[in-house]
Amino acid sequence: MTIDTSKVADSNKSAATARKPGKLGAVGTWADDRLGLATAMRKQVRKVFPDHWSFMLGEIALWSFVVLLLTGTFLTLWFKPSMAEVTYMGSYDQLRGIHMSDAFASTLNISFDVRGGLLMRQMHHWAAMLFIASMMVHMMRVFFTGAFRKPRELNWVIGCLLLLLGTLEGFTGYSLPDDLLSGTGVRAADGFVKSMPVVGTYMSFFLFGGEFPGDVIIPRLYVAHVLLLPGILLALIAAHMLLLVYHKHTQWPGPGRTEQNVVGYPLLPVYAAKAGGFFFIVFGVTAFMGGLLGINPVWKYGPYDPSKVTAGSQPDWYMGWPDGALRIMPGWESHIGPFTMPWNVFLPIIVLPGLAFTILLLLPFIEAWITGDKRNHHLLQRPRNAPTRTAVFVALMTFYGLMWAAGGNDIIAIVLGFSINQITYFMRAAVFIGPVIAFIITRRWCISLQRADNDKLLHGYESGVIMRSAEGGYTERHLPIDGGRAYTLTARDRDEVAASRGETDANGVAAPGTGRIEKLRLRLNRGWYGHNVQKPTREELEEAHHHAEHEHELQAGLDHPADGHQFDGHHTVEEEALRGGKN
Amino acid sequence: MTSHEGENLPEKRPGSGELTADPVSDPGLPAHTWRPTDVDARAEKRAERQIAAMFGLSAVCTVLFVVSYFTLEIGEVTTTIGGLGASTVALGLSLAGALLFIGIGIIQWARKLMADHEMIEMRHPASSSPEDREATVAALNTGIEESGIGRRPLVRNSLLGALGVLALPVPVVLLRDLGPLPGDALTKTIWSEGMRVVRDVTGTPIRAQDLQVGDLVNAEPAAIFETDEEGEPLVEGVELHVAKSKAAVVLVRMEPDDIVHGEGREDWAVDGILCYSKICTHVGCPISLYERTTHHVLCPCHQSTFDLADSARVVFGPAARPLPQLPLAVDSEGYLVAQSDFDEPVGPSYWERDSR
Repeated sequence: MTIDTSKVADSNKSAATARKPGKLGAVGTWADDRLGLATAMRKQVRKVFPDHWSFMLGEIALWSFVVLLLTGTFLTLWFKPSMAEVTYMGSYDQLRGIHMSDAFASTLNISFDVRGGLLMRQMHHWAAMLFIASMMVHMMRVFFTGAFRKPRELNWVIGCLLLLLGTLEGFTGYSLPDDLLSGTGVRAADGFVKSMPVVGTYMSFFLFGGEFPGDVIIPRLYVAHVLLLPGILLALIAAHMLLLVYHKHTQWPGPGRTEQNVVGYPLLPVYAAKAGGFFFIVFGVTAFMGGLLGINPVWKYGPYDPSKVTAGSQPDWYMGWPDGALRIMPGWESHIGPFTMPWNVFLPIIVLPGLAFTILLLLPFIEAWITGDKRNHHLLQRPRNAPTRTAVFVALMTFYGLMWAAGGNDIIAIVLGFSINQITYFMRAAVFIGPVIAFIITRRWCISLQRADNDKLLHGYESGVIMRSAEGGYTERHLPIDGGRAYTLTARDRDEVAASRGETDANGVAAPGTGRIEKLRLRLNRGWYGHNVQKPTREELEEAHHHAEHEHELQAGLDHPADGHQFDGHHTVEEEALRGGKN
Repeated sequence: MTSHEGENLPEKRPGSGELTADPVSDPGLPAHTWRPTDVDARAEKRAERQIAAMFGLSAVCTVLFVVSYFTLEIGEVTTTIGGLGASTVALGLSLAGALLFIGIGIIQWARKLMADHEMIEMRHPASSSPEDREATVAALNTGIEESGIGRRPLVRNSLLGALGVLALPVPVVLLRDLGPLPGDALTKTIWSEGMRVVRDVTGTPIRAQDLQVGDLVNAEPAAIFETDEEGEPLVEGVELHVAKSKAAVVLVRMEPDDIVHGEGREDWAVDGILCYSKICTHVGCPISLYERTTHHVLCPCHQSTFDLADSARVVFGPAARPLPQLPLAVDSEGYLVAQSDFDEPVGPSYWERDSR
């Protein structure tokens, strides 16, 4: 059956013909005379973007940031960033007549007396969570697929900064309503600042305009939240996108997709439509969440009172992991002469997040140093094909996850009926042991998957057809995978272990240029690649296929005419009827 | 594992000369396949109608949004529809519909009707060409040479010096007024000798007999409830919040025999009533969860646990120091009063804490 291409729709007849200049053309000419747009846009209008579901994760972050700007602007029209004390006289019965800060009163006003105000507040909060969550998942995608490698290391750095600033933006944002829960968080932050040696109390007094709580912290957080941080975020997002366009997007290897090209759909119309449509989807989902899922009901917490606290006080989820570190840290404190060093606060909340962020920032450079790889990479790697990298990140994620769980130790204790003390003791050990176990399991798992890929290449896929031999033994028939899949599986680099120049020569003299650091690098390099499974060579593949052919000959004539495997995804279906096609 | 190390390394494989050759040749981009909407005019029309219907539904949702905005009540809503109110739910759902239908329609349009030929674009290295690099370096060198920055160290160094002098102090000086210096503010609270311990909400003073064994009462110093002749509070606004954030205490009464008095604190209790700072010594949350059988109090923020029968010793959690204890006495009318302020700073530790 052939397709009657005479009926092919207009959409795919890409015969671009120059049209007569109309009114739009006149506007274009006017603009181009002044801005030179045609030159700038010539290559960008039909710029090619590759397609894969995982490339959408960063887009979620981008669009949720736009939703944040829109809903946030709405909120500023009524929010009063002031700690002046007022008596609440609004619609919410249970707090009427209570003294509170203007910030809290105006938050109640937005929630109860501005139509759509509560919706916008909740959309803003959900979009913030979506923003940070999607940045994190996007970062995982970039790391696991090796998209951070040269020439994209700087975009990784920018992305890390975006994550850090997004987290700060979240913290400053949820502190603004000046409710009991967020006020407790700000008070804890005051304790964090005070734990810094030498400058701690000075920083605290400068931050709060005197002793906690003072009356300036809300206006100061506000200006950071609506001007300073969003400004930097916008600039960094612009840089992130410009670099993405300049480098061109990475792509998955496959037939016709190489290090030298990009295969995909043009910006105009397909990618613009998909991305633009996706903005509406993200916006719509936040509206759905804002309308149906309550979040941060500050009226239930009440206004901030420094002598009160609610049980189960927890920060927003993205601040949870340092809070967990704070919870499981032993109560260490040093007294050095007249000075006090509160390690129990300083280490988990000042040093640890700083250290974690630095490690995150340096990951691409550490990997490049160990592997010695200075090539450009535009093809993505499957996580299994970089077992050590994947295992390193899974170990870091395990550390993060355990810390995060420790941040909910009171909730876990209540829900599961465990002793909070035992959970805490367990976590103290688990945050060190867990990542090691995760590293070992992940690496071996990746290597097993690499072996499975090689088996598929050499012996074919498992067909599900069980053969019984004359002796009565049972075997499963393997059928060769098609050329495209075989190419995709083998479209990866062989790992090149650095030559062991660090060894001493026969006379016991160290080879030149091999200092202690270089020796360390070589050891790490061997550890990095040492257990990886390499793809088969052409000879190995040919030999295996030869062997398989021989086997097939023995099995010839045993096949049922229709073995039911035409549609198992391993065969082309060109000869079969196309869905909906009548001809 | 060490014995197997390197077993998979390419350098040890036989025939390593062939390693660079790809085992499978690139079959090239697969041929384009037509979609039903490309080859079937009816499918094409159907897709067109579907997409237009999406956009139509979006407009309907927008109308619903406007109608909900003007018809549904707002205000005290915590009793209707999951505590969110009909207005919020209706506005949210109609807005979600209006946006989602546009998004779904556009994406459907892109998938079904827009051209779906994959295009190939060649990549270019991110780096500049060697000629550009050389030309730029040469231009930079010429510029630097013409400025004479290398040849005139006096000019250069004095400028750098001036910039350094400018950059270091000016931001610091300008930011000095962000807040006052700490001084000894953190070492003192509003408590003083003879000040009554009062209930934190009502401000009523407390007699020893008001407390049963096992009771825990949240209390404050009487000073924060005091008013002048006209009934205006003496401590208000920021001052009140600062005072409360440091002076909040808990009163507990237990069997006198259960108490292990700290050294020099034998006379700080009144009939088994002890008074401790409510501010956690970890990062400053007000502690609140009391277990009367063990005399333990737990901080809800990070679960530091203090034994109130034993000078609020830390029995669990990240806190490093016991809660400061307020020495109690009874005044002439039989009310509980403070013997003095705390003898150590309350709240989280800080660098110069021991140097008071």
